[in-house]
Amino acid sequence: MAQMTMIQAITDAMRTELKNDENVLVFGEDVGQNGGVFRATEGLQKEFGEDRVFDTPLAESGIGGMSIGLALTGFRPVPEVQFFGFVYEVMDAISGQMARLRYRSGGSFHAPITVRSPFGGGVKTPELHADSLEGLMAQQPGLKVVIPSNPYDAKGLLISAIRDNDPVIFLEHMKLYRSFRQEVPEEEYTIEIGKAEVKREGTDITIVTYGAMVQASLKAAEELEKDGISAEVIDLRTVSPLDIDTIIGSVEKTNRAIVVQEAQKQAGIAANVVAEINDRAILSLEAPVLRVAAPDTVFAFSAAEDVWLPDHTDIIEKATQVVNF
Amino acid sequence: MGTKTIENIEGQFEMFQILNENGEIVNEEAMPELSDEQLQELMRRMVYTRILDQRSISLNRQGRLGFYAPTAGQEASQLGSQFALDKEDWILPGYRDVPQIIWHGLPLYKAFLFSRGHYVGNQADGLNVLSPQIIIGAQITQTAGVALGLKKKGKKNVAITYTGDGGASQGDFYEGMNFAGAYSAPAIFVVQNNRFAISVPVEKQSAAKTIAQKAVAAGIQGVQVDGMDVLAVYKAVTDARERAINGEGPTLIETMTYRYGPHTMAGDDPTRYRSEDQDSEWEKKDPIVRFRKYLESKNLWSEEKENEVVDKAKEEIKAAIKKADSTPKQKVTDLISNMYEELPQNLREQYEEYSAKESK
Repeated sequence: MAQMTMIQAITDAMRTELKNDENVLVFGEDVGQNGGVFRATEGLQKEFGEDRVFDTPLAESGIGGMSIGLALTGFRPVPEVQFFGFVYEVMDAISGQMARLRYRSGGSFHAPITVRSPFGGGVKTPELHADSLEGLMAQQPGLKVVIPSNPYDAKGLLISAIRDNDPVIFLEHMKLYRSFRQEVPEEEYTIEIGKAEVKREGTDITIVTYGAMVQASLKAAEELEKDGISAEVIDLRTVSPLDIDTIIGSVEKTNRAIVVQEAQKQAGIAANVVAEINDRAILSLEAPVLRVAAPDTVFAFSAAEDVWLPDHTDIIEKATQVVNF
Repeated sequence: MGTKTIENIEGQFEMFQILNENGEIVNEEAMPELSDEQLQELMRRMVYTRILDQRSISLNRQGRLGFYAPTAGQEASQLGSQFALDKEDWILPGYRDVPQIIWHGLPLYKAFLFSRGHYVGNQADGLNVLSPQIIIGAQITQTAGVALGLKKKGKKNVAITYTGDGGASQGDFYEGMNFAGAYSAPAIFVVQNNRFAISVPVEKQSAAKTIAQKAVAAGIQGVQVDGMDVLAVYKAVTDARERAINGEGPTLIETMTYRYGPHTMAGDDPTRYRSEDQDSEWEKKDPIVRFRKYLESKNLWSEEKENEVVDKAKEEIKAAIKKADSTPKQKVTDLISNMYEELPQNLREQYEEYSAKESK
């Protein structure tokens, strides 16, 4: 076991799969010689050679399209979109193309592609770097969308994503990259895509969340405990497809829920979770399911970021409201 | 200085031609090595494809075909290029490029099923072809990827893609060429310049005098070819292919051609943007007429031979439509089961729901 940051765990997962499968290719802007702008691919080109870990021209659509072509010839591409705000440049290659390849070819071809990309607020980036755009991705049938909340999960989920025969959007929260270390096994292991984890058991209310909001929710749960409220915290880990059984099972136990996301409130993952709870567990509910989310504006890059981003106090407030309904 | 530079570049892209409008060889030294049988086969394919186009248009008008983009006029450009390929080469077509994948091995009934939006029409059956791309230019960046993949796997094969003059305005067009160039990947980018992006003439699409010269910006080879001359197209693709598999990188080929019909059969009316004079001027350049003249001058073609091809085409088209008609109707559950390797819970539930609906 080693103590790893999330970025080290991510590098470790890629190293593991580059070793395991000669068809795995890692590429993107600055990922080769430079080891990535966050050093996620540090040392990989040196270890596996320029043929398997390489720099691309600066063109996201080209990176996406090239990934599909490489997949067609038997490779398992792991492209990086340098910041997920740049995804608009590669939306067609992702949503219009790789997500549809299996259906469009009647099952003749598939796209075992893992698109890795950093996102998330709290690190004072310029515009179109930090936006939480997982909701856009989750609306596209054919994609899976994974967002780890800690180093251990990041490694296991990324290995699963790379081995998956369908395209996976793997979103890495920048704030989590180096914020804490965790015991991460050096050997390989996988975490099943589509499975949530109950991070903390509780009986009064369920907090469904993912990404950096897992830490904020756990902090809120501790505070709530002091007020005599026992909160269960679920880390979705995969936001599409949702682990419906885990969510519903918990809500049937606690009879109350809030959903917490860093993204804007409109549409998105939290809205989908609320809808699933309404569809499947409405008679278990003692109170409406509320959402903690950012306001419906574009991301507040740098200047108003601290207020714009939801935090543990917002979670405590909403949870208390639901419990006292 | 800038003006002088662009003039120098444009001057380098004169149209490459072997067979002129009168069926005469005007560039003997460029003549590709083709046997008499191969020459006849090229003619056979062009005649067959012209009949297929006529029948497809009429089937569409009867409501028996779905989406269809007419091909008449572009036979030399489409079939001359495909004829230069190896069976293991990859084709990434645009939506008008159905003939190339048929001659690469796609059964005719599947082309009809593609037209009807039936997923079985998109199944490749082991062929190295993608189904025709709807998003203009998306196939071009994918071609760079296939080509790079072929290179990494050590294959002596190429990836060829097709778009129209309109596609040459897309960012993906440049990105695809630039990626393939940067990796010296064995790709061939064919732009069939049929003069119009639906209704917008090529002169209004770009300040570039030729599309071939756009290769210069990507640092790759570029050539403009008479797209009504099947020999010139064949030769240009053969040369590009040879360079590609020898590690000399990709080529952009602009074929100068014309679609006689509308953009698609979904209501486009070419009289709104093209003159009869222009149409008849291009019909004089017809690829089949000139190649027929050439082959007849060599005693390699006759009316009898042509009638045989026409009859065979009609017969096979009839059988293919019958086969397409007898293919089980596409279901929503076919969509559902082809979204992922393993269905997630929401789709498992929806599969049950639609199975029940569709078995009623």
